Amino acid sequence: MSFLEYMLQQTINALSIGSLYALMAIGLAMVFGILRLINFAHGDMMMVASYSALALLLAGLPYWVVVPIVVLITAFAGILMERFAYRPIRGAPDVAMLLTSFAVTIILENSVVMMIGARSRPFPVPEFLRAVYHYGNVTVASVNVVAIIATAILLVLLTLFVTRTDIGISMRAAADDMTAAQLMGIPINRVIAAAFAIGSGLAAVAGLLWTAKVGKVDPYMGFFPVLKAFVAAVIGGFGTIPGAVLGGFVLGSLEISLQGLLPGQWSSYRDALVFGILIVVLLVRPNGILGARAREEI
Amino acid sequence: MDGIGTRPETKAPDWRRVAAIATPLLLLSLLPLYATFGASAYEQRVIIVLGIDIMLVLSLNLFNGFTGVFSLGHVGFMALGAYGSAILSMPVAHKAINLPELPAWLAGVELGFLPSILTAGLLAAVVAVVIGLPVLRLSGHYVAVATLSFLVIVRVVLINATPFTRGSRTFFGTPAYTSVWWVYAWVLITIYIAWRILRSPYGRAMLAQREDRVAALAVGVNVLRTRMLPFVLSAFLTAVAGALWGHYILSFSPNAFYFTETFAIITMLVVGGMGSISGSVVGTVLIVLLTETLRELERGFDLGFVQVPPLYGLSQILMAVAFISVLIFRREGLLGNTEINFMRLFSKRERTADKNE
Repeated sequence: MSFLEYMLQQTINALSIGSLYALMAIGLAMVFGILRLINFAHGDMMMVASYSALALLLAGLPYWVVVPIVVLITAFAGILMERFAYRPIRGAPDVAMLLTSFAVTIILENSVVMMIGARSRPFPVPEFLRAVYHYGNVTVASVNVVAIIATAILLVLLTLFVTRTDIGISMRAAADDMTAAQLMGIPINRVIAAAFAIGSGLAAVAGLLWTAKVGKVDPYMGFFPVLKAFVAAVIGGFGTIPGAVLGGFVLGSLEISLQGLLPGQWSSYRDALVFGILIVVLLVRPNGILGARAREEI
Repeated sequence: MDGIGTRPETKAPDWRRVAAIATPLLLLSLLPLYATFGASAYEQRVIIVLGIDIMLVLSLNLFNGFTGVFSLGHVGFMALGAYGSAILSMPVAHKAINLPELPAWLAGVELGFLPSILTAGLLAAVVAVVIGLPVLRLSGHYVAVATLSFLVIVRVVLINATPFTRGSRTFFGTPAYTSVWWVYAWVLITIYIAWRILRSPYGRAMLAQREDRVAALAVGVNVLRTRMLPFVLSAFLTAVAGALWGHYILSFSPNAFYFTETFAIITMLVVGGMGSISGSVVGTVLIVLLTETLRELERGFDLGFVQVPPLYGLSQILMAVAFISVLIFRREGLLGNTEINFMRLFSKRERTADKNE
C-alpha cells in the first residue's frame, strides 16, 4: 500500500467516524447552549431509533420508509424527554440537571431491558449498506460513504435552518442569552422543544448508521457514543453547533491516527487516551477550539 | 460569629453530650450485633453490603457534599481498592494459578488483610493526587465530566491490563477476609473522619468556598488545596470500601465498577442530602432497603389470582424515577445540610422532666 493510498484510506475512515460523532455532538451542543444541561440521555436516542427501526423492519416495511418514520419517532421521544424530565428542573444547578439526565438514561435503558431484554439482537442491515468496494488497496464500505454524504446534507440543512428560519434564529438567540431572548418575546419552550427534536432526529440518523456498521442493537448501545460525542463537543467548543461539528471530525481523525500510530498491544488503550485528552483540553482550553467565552474562573 | 480556627463549642462534656455521641454509635452497632447473633444469611449479606454502601456514600459526600463540586469517578477508586487489595493479599500459590502473568515483584507478595487494604487505599490516594492536580482546578460541571473521564479510563485499563486483572473475565480467588465487624469498624472511622473534618478550620474553608467561591478566595481560602484534602481522603476511604467489598464478594469483573454502581451511590447521596453525615447514613439505609424489596418484586410473584411475571429492570426504573422526583421536589435531599441532632433529643427529655416536677 502506497503512502497516498494509506492516507486516503485513513481520511475516509476518519471522516466516516467523525461524521457520526458530529451528528451526535450537535444535539448535545444545541441543548447545552440553551439550557447548560449536559444531556447524557442523548445517547439513548440512538438506542430508541435503532429499536424502532428494528421493529418496523421486522414488521416488513422497506428501509427507505423506515428511516423517515424512525427520525420522527425519535424526535418525538426527544420532545417527551424534555417535557417530563428536564422542564420541571429547568434553572436548577448544573449538577442537578446532569444527574437528572443520568436518571433518564437509567429509565430508558431499563425500560428496554424490561420490555425486550438485555441481550443484543441482530439488526437486518439492508444490502446496499453492507456492500464493500475495493479500489486498488483502498477499501471503502458503502455505509461509510453514506454516513459522510448524509452528514454533509444534514449539516447544510441545519445551517439553513439556524440562519434562515425564525425558530432557528430564535434558537441562536436563546443560546446567546436566554433571559434577553425571553424578554424579546421568543417562545422559549417551543425553541427548547425544537432543539431537543432536531438533536434527537440527528441522533436517530447517527443511530441508524451505527447499527448499519455493527449489525446489532442492545439497550446500552448509546452510552459510549454519547461519551465520545461529549468529548467531541468539548474539544470543538461546547455549546456551539460549528464547534460540535469541528470537534466531531477532530476526534474522528484523532482516533483513527491513534489507531494507526499506537503499537499493537497499546491500541486497545486508545479510548483511555481519548479521555485523557479530554481532561487536558478542559484544563488548557476549557472553551474548546472555537469557544471564545471568557472563563468563569477567577 | 466564630473566626476561622476557633471551635464553636468547647464546653466540658456533660452527660448529655456523652449521650448524644453514644446514641448514634449504639444505634449503628446494633446492626453488626444483629448480624452476628440471630440474622439469617440473607440479612447478614444485606447488613454487610449496607455498611459498605454507607462508607461509599459518606466518602463521596466528604468530597461532593462538602466542597460543592461533583465527582462521578469515585467508583474508579473503588475498583482500585478491590483489585489492588485482592492482588496484594492473594496467597502466592493461588497467584501462580489465577494470575500467571503477574510481574515477579507482585507475584511474590502476600500481605495480611489490614496491610493490603491500607496499601490499596494509599494507592488510590496517590492516584487521586495525580488526577486531582489538574481536575480540581476546574469549576462546576467540568469537574463532573473530567472525573467521569477518569472512570472510563479506569475501566479501559481494567479491561486491558490482563496480567493484573484477568481483563473483562471474572477475577477470582480473593481471600474471604471481610466480616461484619471489620465493615462497621471502618464505617465508624469514616463517620469520625467526616465529622472531624467538617468541624475543623479546614472544613469551614471547604464550606466557605462551596457557598461563595469569590468571597472565600477574597479571605484567602486556597480553593485547590481545600478541595484536594477531601478528594484524596475520600479516594482513600472509597478504595478501602472497595477492598472490603472485594474481600466479601470474592469474584468480580470490571462491570461491577461502572455506571450502575456510580448511579446507585449518587442516588443514596442525593436522597439523603449532600452535605449531611447523618443524611448519608439515612439515605443509604433507605435506598438499600428499597432496592432489596424491589429486587424481590422484580423476580415476579404470585398474587393468588394473578401471576405477575418477572420484570427485570423495574427496580432500577423506579429508583431513577424516585431520584428525579427528589431532584425536582426536594433538591436538598431528606436532610439537606443539617444533621440529626441527638443533643436535642436529650435536652427535650430533660425539659419535660422539669415540667413534671
